[in-house]
Amino acid sequence: MEIAGLRQEIGELLETGQAARAAGRLAVLWHREAGPALASYVVSAFEKVRDKLDLRVYRCVILRSFTVEPLVPILKASAFVAGIDLTIEVGQFNSYAQELLDERSALYAASPDAVILAVQTRDIAPELGRGAAAELTEGVTQEFAGWVQAFRARTHANLIIHSLEAPATPSEGIYNSQLEESEAETIHRVNRNLRQLASQYRGVYILDYDGLVARHGREHWCDERKWLTVRLPIAAANLAAMAHEWMRYLAPLAGKVAKAVAVDLDGTLWGGVIGEDGMSGIQLGPEYPGAAYQALQRALLDLTRRGILLAVCSKNNPEDAMEALAGHPGMLLRPEHFSAVRINWNGKSENLREIAAELNIGLDSIAFLDDNPAERQQVRDEAPEAMVLELPEDPMEYARAVRDYPAFERLALADEDRQRTKYYAAERERAALEQSVGTGEDFYRSLRQEAEVSPVDRFTLARVAQLTQKTNQFNLTTKRYTEQQIDDLAKRPGWRVLALRLRDRYADNGVVGVAITHDEGGVCQIDTFLLSCRAIGRTVETALLAYLAEAARERGARRLRGCFLPTKKNAPAKDFYRAHGFTRVPPASGEDTGAELWEAELSGPRAVRELRCPEWVRLVAPVAENA
Amino acid sequence: MSSETLDEVRRIAADVFGRDENLLGADSSPEQVETWDSVQHLTLVLALEARYGVEFSPEEMERMKTLGDIAGLVGSKIR
Repeated sequence: MEIAGLRQEIGELLETGQAARAAGRLAVLWHREAGPALASYVVSAFEKVRDKLDLRVYRCVILRSFTVEPLVPILKASAFVAGIDLTIEVGQFNSYAQELLDERSALYAASPDAVILAVQTRDIAPELGRGAAAELTEGVTQEFAGWVQAFRARTHANLIIHSLEAPATPSEGIYNSQLEESEAETIHRVNRNLRQLASQYRGVYILDYDGLVARHGREHWCDERKWLTVRLPIAAANLAAMAHEWMRYLAPLAGKVAKAVAVDLDGTLWGGVIGEDGMSGIQLGPEYPGAAYQALQRALLDLTRRGILLAVCSKNNPEDAMEALAGHPGMLLRPEHFSAVRINWNGKSENLREIAAELNIGLDSIAFLDDNPAERQQVRDEAPEAMVLELPEDPMEYARAVRDYPAFERLALADEDRQRTKYYAAERERAALEQSVGTGEDFYRSLRQEAEVSPVDRFTLARVAQLTQKTNQFNLTTKRYTEQQIDDLAKRPGWRVLALRLRDRYADNGVVGVAITHDEGGVCQIDTFLLSCRAIGRTVETALLAYLAEAARERGARRLRGCFLPTKKNAPAKDFYRAHGFTRVPPASGEDTGAELWEAELSGPRAVRELRCPEWVRLVAPVAENA
Repeated sequence: MSSETLDEVRRIAADVFGRDENLLGADSSPEQVETWDSVQHLTLVLALEARYGVEFSPEEMERMKTLGDIAGLVGSKIR
């Protein structure tokens, strides 16, 4: 559809209050023409319906050494399209150092979720490459180190630091290439130090600004006239690319991540139509035009290594499609890479809902990849929670679209992520076993489950934080914690952060559960209790709760107290405390926060009996719990 | 200057300034349009540069007193 027609349609949808449909079309429009011309329109359209959309609220401050104001509406529009209602504040020109160092600065008063430090070499260290390399490198590194240290001491917010860019024309001219300690080399050294600095802190990330500039071409990235007049070092044509790069960090930080991607087959994974063209007729292989589809498959394969699951969602005869999936010599993806398969003639939105249910994830955690704009529209209209990739028309650009999609970005990868496709394969075997031995105790026994509960350590910290951020269903309080916050909680006196690792006859499932407790006056309070969706329905939650009760009793606690905070998604956890013998008690302050309080006596005549580890789960004691 | 160019400049300006397109004309200027400040002026210039693939010099930016001036400058660059 033409832009004008699309805008008219959006206008009508906005007037009739059809928020979700308007949002879907705004996303299509934005993908066609992201940039300064459209940004304000998209932002104001979203602002009209933001209350009717399920948007993630996120606050960000941009500290800068150059003009970023024209980028603000573009970033805001990109965020809206990604399902994030982003508040953006911009620091004063060149006041980034004071803002970071002064605990009473506007930066900390704004209590942001994320801070972007947008600085460039020519502002922050113009002398780099024009003097004693070692001293200058050390000096600049120390400056950054001081800022980051101050920042970490004052806030839990995430920090995104632009790396320093090399100049298009080095100060030494061609002699740059002959020097061991050239300007470019000095800047690279500082960037290496910055990466190392970031790795010492939780929630500090380096944005490869030098790489971004290089990708777009150093000469082409900057408009020298805008730089010299209004201190804007980014050409008009590249503003959207800068905002997009920020989104690749902000989307995962705000929790907008795809856990699975459902892909169409004809025209997407291969060229042509398998049902008509047959195995020998479809385009797929190392040579053009099949190479474009192989490139996409390679990009998808890379996603599986980040822990993102693949699913097939195709209108086809299952026999034709499966033959190609299993047997076509050009396929890089094979049936074992797909954790769920829907090949039928049903609507795509319906199939996506089924795939989400089968994988035990929310519909809003599924990304949909289809070359057909009509199918994408159908999904946007009928399953608006799902993320829909707006694929370019040219198949040769498909792989790039997948590699650039912010919801596929991960800021940290735990071992569990790399293994996820295998876990789901093991899950399918388990389901087959359940079919053969039936449900209930026989099934649980045959799984030979082993649960290991241990205090969070540096190996499990990232995974534990990730679980608090991503788990929606079996999550009693849905409190989201960053790695930094988890680390702090674990060090607080009286607090315990516990990771539950689960092994069974099929796999070591890694860390699948988290419990956070704190003791207060003889009562052990459960702050957080959650279980990854792939461990639901196997009674390990009982094992973990029994462990908490036993450990609390040994520490002399009389009572275990938990809280259930209902959300749209955590119905599976609703009856958890009741089913384990807890008694509902009225809220202490008398105010109604929507939270349910539950208590269980740990000793005496009214001690609950239900709090025992099921006999078919072997509880492996931790080595030693730090008191 | 073609009326087509002026129409498109008016439409983009309406988006940038958050104003109704029909209230903007060739003689609209920062004095009349409340939201037309220096930041929005820069944003409008960037929007036109991105839309038409052109670049404006500092002197040209100075000469942009009305939407008509702007449309005329755009027209001279894309001709």
